[in-house]
Amino acid sequence: MDLVLSLGLQIVYVIANLALISLGLAIIFGMMRVINLAHGEFLMLGGYTVVVATNNGVNLWFAMLVLAPLVVGIIGVIVERLLIRWLYGRMIDTLLATWGLSLLFIGLITSIFGASTTTTISPPLGVVTIGDYTSSGYELFLIGVTIALLVAVYLVLKFTTLGLVARGTMQNADMAAALGVSTSKIYMITFGLGAAVSGLAGGLLAPITGVLPTIGSIYIAKAFITVISGGAAILAGTTSASILLGGLNGFISFVTGPTMGEVALLLAAIILLRLMPTGITGRFFKKSQ
Amino acid sequence: MKIAGDFRGTLFIAALAALFTLIAPSILNFVTILTLTQVIGLAILALSLALVWGYGGILCFGQTAFFGIGAYAYAIAAANIGGSTGAIFVGIAVAAIFAAMLGYFIFYGRVSDVYLAVITLTVTLILYSLLRRTSGPEYKIGNALLGGFNGTGAAPLNIPGDGAAMLFPEQTFYVAMAALILAYVFCGWLVRTHFGRVCVAIRENETRAELLAYDTRAYKLGIFTIGAGIAALGGIFFSVGVTRVTPDIFSLSQAALTIIWVIVGGRGTLVGPILATFGLYYLTASLGTQQLINTNLVLGVILIAFVLLVPQGIVPTVLNWLTARRSARTDRARERRVRMRRPRAGARGEGA
Repeated sequence: MDLVLSLGLQIVYVIANLALISLGLAIIFGMMRVINLAHGEFLMLGGYTVVVATNNGVNLWFAMLVLAPLVVGIIGVIVERLLIRWLYGRMIDTLLATWGLSLLFIGLITSIFGASTTTTISPPLGVVTIGDYTSSGYELFLIGVTIALLVAVYLVLKFTTLGLVARGTMQNADMAAALGVSTSKIYMITFGLGAAVSGLAGGLLAPITGVLPTIGSIYIAKAFITVISGGAAILAGTTSASILLGGLNGFISFVTGPTMGEVALLLAAIILLRLMPTGITGRFFKKSQ
Repeated sequence: MKIAGDFRGTLFIAALAALFTLIAPSILNFVTILTLTQVIGLAILALSLALVWGYGGILCFGQTAFFGIGAYAYAIAAANIGGSTGAIFVGIAVAAIFAAMLGYFIFYGRVSDVYLAVITLTVTLILYSLLRRTSGPEYKIGNALLGGFNGTGAAPLNIPGDGAAMLFPEQTFYVAMAALILAYVFCGWLVRTHFGRVCVAIRENETRAELLAYDTRAYKLGIFTIGAGIAALGGIFFSVGVTRVTPDIFSLSQAALTIIWVIVGGRGTLVGPILATFGLYYLTASLGTQQLINTNLVLGVILIAFVLLVPQGIVPTVLNWLTARRSARTDRARERRVRMRRPRAGARGEGA
């Protein structure tokens, strides 16, 4: 029984982790149909924000939950205004430009902080015991944060004016613009919000993975595949794809080790896209957000 | 826009390259020749992406996956067979088969641009993390140890049929250059065949090509698979040049570099990306020797600058500029002729 509970918790953690690293990307993709290839670097910048802040004596929780999303969100808005804005409607060029941005951030951070980890932060919170098994308290905390984040995004999309306008822009940008919505401003806010969520995720994961200029590349493959499999609906897509792929990954990893877990995740995603080319939410839950 | 220039131009460039091959060993030093073999492998990779993306319109962000698979398959086969000739074909075949299987899911699932880019990139990154974990002694194929992070050794080329007669670095350079030239001429020929023209038509307007009763899925799969085979050839020469294959071949930065070569050289040309590979390799190699400016930073700036300012790439921009100048000159000449003719016409008018 304890084993089942412990394994279940582990799988839930893998799912939550996947949802956490993908949500920022999903917000930007859902709104603009653009895959932000600098997503991994937004996560990385979140991690560096936390490290720099805690080294300067800022409280770890404040750095993770407030500073990281704030700093990366501001960077996101700047990036949108300076770069992405000029490329609306040119989807492939946007992909390429964000890839250039990703290299630029990696280069910049390497120049400032060096190519290796500056300082590691140890994960706060102790160990939780479940019968004979132990689980990290911080992992439980991350599961909680992910759920809270998903609920928050749902509430914003469903019950605020911003959410209403954003959903309208998502469905039909031209019509929204004709009704007097400044779609450019909506895109700016969404890109900033997506970046902020990525920054938060990067900050939260920094104590577990450490920070490196190239750390983004360990997240992005999984984040891309989750968002693509999920389809255009931000919440339903991320959640359903995370549960499916994360569950599979967690289970296979438990049985055979982490290598096969990732391969299984990829294979499942490719077969899924053969069956549903527009992602899970392109096929099911069409009315969801 | 002219879709493919003419084939004589391709042969002319190939002849220039052959000339360079013959004189290079006498004007360049030994180390440069050694390095050039690697760069030729990378140039073949750029050529394959120029074909798949520039002509096929398939935005493959993971062309390095086939490059790397070709290199790994070559290294493993060479270690098991004990000679390089058969191993080269094994490398190309394995990559092409892998591409055909992946391409089946992509094209017959009708996965479009952005999804395709991300899926191919993800496949590359998964291969990266997969091969990095193969460091234990249990990960071996025949005699070849995969070696995890450190990779596996790639055997040097040898004279066909005689596994012990290794080629000298200069001879390897000749073979690599010959492969590049042949691959270039092959691509130049391919894009002018019926098959190539249909691929270009699909790039321009897939729906229209489909309404003209072409099975666009099969054509895309075809050019994707051929491109993968060429990329694998590049990977083989690259690994022979480096003498090792490491998982870094699948890294994100290598994938980005390949895209940058094609963007800088220009989509829709074959020679542009090849030249861009040599140029940018030289640039990054000289940047690598100093600590002041980070290479990634420079590459990022180059990519962003080209996407925003020179989206066509260097070679098409220069060609367009030359064509524009030439047509301006012929326009001026025609105007001059017209002006010279006019008084005569007027004189005749007065006479009548």
